[in-house]
Amino acid sequence: MKEDEIRDELTSIRSLMERSSKFISLSGLSGILAGVYALIGVTFAWKIVFNDPMYRALYGNRVLSHESKIALYYGSGPSGALLSPSIAPLLLIALLVLAASLLTGIILSIRKAKKNGQPVWGKTSKALLFNMSVPLITGGLLMLILINRGYYGIIAPSSLIFYGLALISASNFTFSDVRYLGILEILLGLIAACLPGYGLLFWAVGFGVLHIVYGSVMYFKYDR
Amino acid sequence: MKVQFEKLDKAFENRVRLQIMSVLVVNDRYDFNSLKELLDVTDGNLASHLKGLEKEEYIMVHKSFLGRKPNTNYEATEKGKKAFKLHLDALEQLIKQQKTN
Repeated sequence: MKEDEIRDELTSIRSLMERSSKFISLSGLSGILAGVYALIGVTFAWKIVFNDPMYRALYGNRVLSHESKIALYYGSGPSGALLSPSIAPLLLIALLVLAASLLTGIILSIRKAKKNGQPVWGKTSKALLFNMSVPLITGGLLMLILINRGYYGIIAPSSLIFYGLALISASNFTFSDVRYLGILEILLGLIAACLPGYGLLFWAVGFGVLHIVYGSVMYFKYDR
Repeated sequence: MKVQFEKLDKAFENRVRLQIMSVLVVNDRYDFNSLKELLDVTDGNLASHLKGLEKEEYIMVHKSFLGRKPNTNYEATEKGKKAFKLHLDALEQLIKQQKTN
């Protein structure tokens, strides 16, 4: 055996170990685009929130005591739930951003999988999706239940936290760098929970800025 | 030099066998069809190499049914993992030796 042959053999072994256990066809570009969609979504959401009567009552009227602001913001349980009229368009924006990001992610992954010679719908992508969807669906349902009771304040922190948990759980089945993004999202979500009223700002950072930074890093590290 | 070549495992002389083993050391279990897709080999080719590895007691076979379809899973044995590691070490040694020569 020549040195080149052995080297080829070792390279093929390493690549197989990776391709068989991890879905390495996630594209950095889709991370960047998801971040851009999120920032566009937040801009629209910001306009809606700013014109919302409940928001004005909270932040426009300084006569309101801190306690009543907190009560208004977090809602006060089933009986005292304040139904904000803007919640429907906000949810719509969030769903549109999610759908656009997923679609972009899927299309770019299919493209990259073809290049990598990795099946798009195989053992690794199934494991990745399953491990990601458990925290995501749990968090999504919990948020819907709480929104239904008027606790709007939990939306920003809990969406960031559950998304972070989903990323960490998924990171065993793709690039391990995803884990760091997950940790950052969780930290951001916890900080957001301490600072009510800045939800949209935290969303812009967590889903917008962090995705763009992460996507760029991944793009330069793996896509080129 | 001769000594080093003898350390290479005869069971892994074939490339497909070595590839099967490298998949099975990083995954608890792998099924026949996923393995076929990943390695891009024919049914008969893959089956014969799996038989060969099974004979060496490097892998274990688990047969079950998914609905009505048979689903065969493979798992690396301790003996197989050890043999794989020794083989890789031997390959590395070979590279190092050829570099110094």
